[in-house]
Amino acid sequence: MNKLFLIFWLYIFTFNISAKSANINEIEIYKNLRCLVCQGQSIADSNSEFAQTIKLVVKDKIKEGKSKEVIYEFLASKYGDWILYRPPLNKTNFLLWSIPYLVLSLGGLIILILTKKRKNTGNN
Amino acid sequence: MNVKNIFLFILPAFILITFFLALNKNNEYNTQNLIGNQLSDFELKTLDNEKIIRSSDLKINKFTLINFWASWCAPCRTEHNYLILLKKQKQLKILGINFKDKKIQALNFLEELGNPYYYLAKDKNGKASIEFGVYGIPESILIDRNLNIIMKFIGPLNEEDYKKIIQYINNNE
Repeated sequence: MNKLFLIFWLYIFTFNISAKSANINEIEIYKNLRCLVCQGQSIADSNSEFAQTIKLVVKDKIKEGKSKEVIYEFLASKYGDWILYRPPLNKTNFLLWSIPYLVLSLGGLIILILTKKRKNTGNN
Repeated sequence: MNVKNIFLFILPAFILITFFLALNKNNEYNTQNLIGNQLSDFELKTLDNEKIIRSSDLKINKFTLINFWASWCAPCRTEHNYLILLKKQKQLKILGINFKDKKIQALNFLEELGNPYYYLAKDKNGKASIEFGVYGIPESILIDRNLNIIMKFIGPLNEEDYKKIIQYINNNE
């Protein structure tokens, strides 16, 4: 009887966890998807026909056991990377990803050169 | 030229170039990048719910025009005449996909304006439209027998689109 009781609670507990995580994934995915027919809204924020359909498709894909990455890949293959708020690094957006780091390094270099220069002038 | 001057030159130049490129870029979204891709396999129920239309069924046609439409969609009415004209093309078959519509209203629409469709399928909840990269209706996709996307039309077909389709079909007969 005790065993049965334990199994029952374990079942409820795991069901709750999986339901919760599925929910989180869903919303997380919607938030990273752009509503293509709305003005600056994500799929999570929008109630348009397009957003509702995308939500249905994402739900189906989650039920099929597809991962977040596979879902993003599928939607990007149909609508391009534009549908993703955080597109993966590729040839087209390489500059977009690297420019902030380049600017940061360049800034650091300039500061370093200027400080060295000032030190030298001070020493002289 | 010292470092300060170089920096003062590079920064405004970078900002100007970025603005110039960004403002000149056409940000209007479209799915034209699908052209040249192959359609993935699909299965659709016919409007009368009696049969299944598969992507393989379209391989017997030289060209197929896939048209997403609905009775509640006003622009679908404006393009309907061009679909009726395209129906006369022997090399072309039209697959109409009725989008989020009621069967009775869809049938009334076709009775009133004529039926240009060789195949008539339904997409009750819109999920199939995502497989085709559709985000609004009407949209039309011209494919060849290998299911390669040749042309994609967002919005209602107009005379220019009609001529483009005819010209392509005639040139590739």
